[in-house]
Amino acid sequence: MTTNNQEPNRIAEVVETTTTGFTAQCYELYGAPALGSLVRVGDPAVYAVVHNVTTAALDLGRRVMARGASEATEEAVYHNNPQISRLLATHIEALVVGHDVGDATKYRLPSSPPRIHGFVYCCDANEIAAFTDGLDYLHLLTSASTPAIDEVIAANLRLAAESHSDPDAFRIRAGKALAAELASDIARLNAILRGIS
Amino acid sequence: MSTNGNQSDPGKLMGGTPLGTVVGGSLSEGVEVKLNDDASVEDIPVGSYVVIQGETKRFFGMVNEVKLAATDARLRTTPANLTDPFVAEVLSGTAAYGTITVRPRLLLPMIAGSDVELAPARTVPAHFARASKASDADVAQVFGVEDDRHFAVGTPLDMEAVVCLDLKAFVERSNGVFGKSGTGKSFLTRLLLIGVLQSRLSSLLIFDMHDEYGWAGSDAERGRQVKGLKQLFPAQVAVFALDAEKSMGRPVKPDVMVEIGYGDIEPEDIMVLRETLNISEVAAESSYSLERHFGKGKWLKAFLELEGRDAIFELANDININTSALASFHSRLTNRFARLPFLVEKPSQDSVQALMDQLDKGNHVVLEFGRYGDDVPAYMLVANLLTRRIYARYRDRQMTESVENGKSTTPLSIVIEEAHRFLSPAVASQSTFGIIAREMRKYNVTLLVVDQRPSGIDPEVMSQIATKVCCLLDDDRDVDAVMTGTSGSRELRSVLAGLESRQQALIFGNAVPIPVAVRIRDYGTTDSYDSLMRTASRRSAGKKTATSIEDTPSPSDRSEPAEPQAAAGRKDDEDELFG
Repeated sequence: MTTNNQEPNRIAEVVETTTTGFTAQCYELYGAPALGSLVRVGDPAVYAVVHNVTTAALDLGRRVMARGASEATEEAVYHNNPQISRLLATHIEALVVGHDVGDATKYRLPSSPPRIHGFVYCCDANEIAAFTDGLDYLHLLTSASTPAIDEVIAANLRLAAESHSDPDAFRIRAGKALAAELASDIARLNAILRGIS
Repeated sequence: MSTNGNQSDPGKLMGGTPLGTVVGGSLSEGVEVKLNDDASVEDIPVGSYVVIQGETKRFFGMVNEVKLAATDARLRTTPANLTDPFVAEVLSGTAAYGTITVRPRLLLPMIAGSDVELAPARTVPAHFARASKASDADVAQVFGVEDDRHFAVGTPLDMEAVVCLDLKAFVERSNGVFGKSGTGKSFLTRLLLIGVLQSRLSSLLIFDMHDEYGWAGSDAERGRQVKGLKQLFPAQVAVFALDAEKSMGRPVKPDVMVEIGYGDIEPEDIMVLRETLNISEVAAESSYSLERHFGKGKWLKAFLELEGRDAIFELANDININTSALASFHSRLTNRFARLPFLVEKPSQDSVQALMDQLDKGNHVVLEFGRYGDDVPAYMLVANLLTRRIYARYRDRQMTESVENGKSTTPLSIVIEEAHRFLSPAVASQSTFGIIAREMRKYNVTLLVVDQRPSGIDPEVMSQIATKVCCLLDDDRDVDAVMTGTSGSRELRSVLAGLESRQQALIFGNAVPIPVAVRIRDYGTTDSYDSLMRTASRRSAGKKTATSIEDTPSPSDRSEPAEPQAAAGRKDDEDELFG
């Protein structure tokens, strides 16, 4: 695997895809974006939020063994066993939260999922600010059944806030949008709000 | 990329501050409006006006309930961490929000300002209709602008627009000013009287218990004197007085000193005083027997002149009345009436005729009671007696004139304070005031009752009171009495309860299109007089001026420094005036 120098934001490639989400293998071991990051894939773009990151053996039949009993540091383990980076891979799982239709962004599922081998890009600050200008995508996130989704939502909004010129105003706007989504579950709303503030 | 911001934009089309959207409700209970995030319940007092833009109609209504609600009931039991300002701000208006209930009352034209008759609202706006605070233009459209027929009484609470009374509707029927003691009833009544006086739609006869309306009144709150009607409209107001001693100490003397002859007092006048004087029914009814025995016009004097128990016992036997009842009746009347200086055997003039002369000229009469205002039986006796005789004249005249040429006389509004004493269920059937209140405008005589205990007024009379101007009332029974028969009384109660204790009133009934809580306009400052007089001069321009009371010589002329020549004999003046 090689790093793509021409496109620094290109971080992974789709290896498994469904209508609601996809799994992509990162080009670099441990090269996953932060939890809750907004990524895009394909053209026209499909947007997704990273909700899970896994690093494991590429060959599911070969279990990873402990190798550092005689090594002084963790770095030394990798240094002295260069094959490790070839045998392991980092995967990200992302939930689809919207897609482009012409010049507009729709906060709903695309009619067909991203293709296998689709390149996955990390969205830059401008893309994040533009996408999160609308907050209807929060409905797709809050209704997802993946584990610890509330943490993912909080992480996503924390990251998004940094891309906006007035992070506090964005946080409040997003909080109110969440409050509308979670009107009947005040405990869950509180938990997410704690994660944003 | 699309956005979901600026959701409140459509509301701005209506002019007033956007408040929220209709989410439910009914015509009878009012529609529920969920407030926008940026609209705080703290800024929307009960009683304020709201315009709701429906799909095809604009509704004008009044806020009658403000509520706090939460999307999740658990918010009550496990409040969020509100010490974090971020959480508090997010939750306010979303998970925890405010709602108001608006009772649609009128339909406004879709285009603000267009001259269309306002219709009562018979339906409600659809779901999600946008509600906004009524703009000044909306309020002006509902309550009119000050003109010949409309008198500005004040402004709605928290608004700058003017609320006008429809004076024509106001003088057509009996009205009431209610409020507990110290809430500014006299202050308010004085303003209403100025409005009626300026409009020339009705003559006024004011039984001024505490000398508030004639020459000068008091502004207890600011501790100053304010001008009475006579000072503002000297040519149209005649001051009659009962208390010679007090009136003579003033710079300007009353126009007429009122004296009542014993012969003028009829058994009916005594019946009205039965409760106030604590006389038994048997004793009070003996006055009819006394009248038969001694003769009409002579009975009271003859009865009061009786001395000694034997004479009374003898009389009791003669007219077949219980002796002790008659004896106690005698002592009550003697105690009360023998020491009233205005009660005389032979009055020097006919006060009723003098009153009628003034009213016929289109003038207004204030009868000042001076010190006798605190003597409730004296006040009731004089008010009832004069009213009975004036009412009889109006009735006779109305009957003759309407038969002769269909012309009606100038309407008369009689102002009484402590009205519950004249209009209690036990007395209302007998007192002239009760008759006037019930028969209403048939004979062109109506009442303006001023009272602090409306619960003491006969419900039948209360039901005839067309426009009610209500200051703060504490007692539930009083509130019940005022609200009886009013649609939407439940909501009006909360508005009434929310009034400040001074200078605020709830007005509902004939003279206003919808109930309105008003901050009463200022009175007592130079500016306030100027503003009132400007209206007066605007109104009188182009109108035929009523005959000034100075057109005929009167006793007051003598006291005007500008007219020293009027110092001629007072008796002559009176003879000329009263014939």
